[in-house]
Amino acid sequence: MESVGAFVIGGYIGPLAIIVLAVLPAAVVAGVARRLLRVSLLLTLPIAISVVLVSVFTRAGSTVLFQIGPFDATLEGVDFAGQTLVRLLAISTSIGLFGLTTEPRSFVLDLERRGLSPRFAFVAAATLEAVPAMVERAGVIASAQRARGLDTEGSLRARLRGVLPLAGPVVVSSLTEVEERSLALEVRAFGRPGRRHLLWRIADTRAQVAVRILMLTLLGAAIVMRLTGTFPALP
Amino acid sequence: MLELNGATYRYAGYARPVLHEVSLRVGDGEIVGLVGPNDSGKSTLCLVASGLAPASIGGELKGTLTLDGTTAAGLRTFELAERVVIGFQNPNTQRSGIAATVFEEIALGPMNLGLPVVETVARTRDAISRLRLEAIVERDPQRLSGGQAQLVGIASLLAMRPRHVILDEPTAQLDPEGTRLVGEALEALAARGTSLLVAEHKTDLLDRLCSRIVVLDAGRVVRDGSAGGVLDDPELRELGVEPPARVRLTRAVAHAGGDPRALEAVLR
Repeated sequence: MESVGAFVIGGYIGPLAIIVLAVLPAAVVAGVARRLLRVSLLLTLPIAISVVLVSVFTRAGSTVLFQIGPFDATLEGVDFAGQTLVRLLAISTSIGLFGLTTEPRSFVLDLERRGLSPRFAFVAAATLEAVPAMVERAGVIASAQRARGLDTEGSLRARLRGVLPLAGPVVVSSLTEVEERSLALEVRAFGRPGRRHLLWRIADTRAQVAVRILMLTLLGAAIVMRLTGTFPALP
Repeated sequence: MLELNGATYRYAGYARPVLHEVSLRVGDGEIVGLVGPNDSGKSTLCLVASGLAPASIGGELKGTLTLDGTTAAGLRTFELAERVVIGFQNPNTQRSGIAATVFEEIALGPMNLGLPVVETVARTRDAISRLRLEAIVERDPQRLSGGQAQLVGIASLLAMRPRHVILDEPTAQLDPEGTRLVGEALEALAARGTSLLVAEHKTDLLDRLCSRIVVLDAGRVVRDGSAGGVLDDPELRELGVEPPARVRLTRAVAHAGGDPRALEAVLR
């Protein structure tokens, strides 16, 4: 909701307000503020660099700040890059907060309780868990290869030379495991049509429901005002 | 009863079959052991007997698989799962990946069968108790030792209370205590009328559990008879199967000039 809000409201103040008033307080309460900052910056940095370069030097504008070769850096370009950056930051912090505070399997099972197909829930959970599982597998394979003399330490070039041969075994073994796992699930009647009786449900307090409704209402109102042109122009 | 008749199976993309004219019958309440050297086709036979090959993994099957008198051909995988289950060798792939705790992992099968929550919980608790898993029910299934994961995988199958169970090396990663627990759980299942086909290298376990043993070599059945008869077969080692300790000890006693029948009586 915060991510969509950042785009709908626009300007500098809107996305910054979302970060300061909605995301950061929640991160502090959850005790993940420091990690959130690190994760968000890591998520934003690669895109931010390209956004700044493209916006500052290719955006047409009347006020030229400086020149590099044939490219003019315009004030309008800097302004556009700044607005895009705060939006990106609002999106990355809200996504980061979700990732840091939500247990993937609980989230997916709760979605299933709300009507999501078990098959889709499995695909979603498997996707969410695929990355850490592959990292773990890569670690095991790297240790095994190191024990047989593969050099994965030293300069960047040496590390790349050592790590590249690991990619094949990691990917192939992961694919094989996925195939075997899907067979094991079929054995346990996973493909059976019809609803399953789930064993538990995530606690959903009245306060949480109220906050969700409030945020959805605010988002809906912002979208409507934006579409009807009644939204105040924020700096 | 689970019955294979003249089963010849070829994997998709393979030029030659891996199984040749295999016929096998596992009666209600019977535990049949399946032995053979590596690459003899035991795992493939398990897949064919479970119906997953060719129903799920493809390939070509000649011959028939019947479950309680009904042909398995044409049954969808979830329909097969209501009749026959299979436990794989690698406990990590037996894990669903969508359960947060061992309890939920074991409950997944009964849940998928659409059973009411009360029944699901009762079956799950029963399977947990049979394999003495109470101490780890709250653990993350991803953070178990190989042996624990194997026991959880077997418990997940037991909780489904199937008519037919096929296990591919169910005790490969287990210590003697874990192996004993699995043996007891399988005996309890058989006592309820479940038919079991167990592929194992541990012939000591099969010697204790099974009424019949089938020996597979290069995809063909080369021995099929009573457990005692097959495991006592002097040619068993030549077929790539290590005889159980009872047989080796008896032979050693006989070789030393002792009375093997007296030893046999004590061991039994």
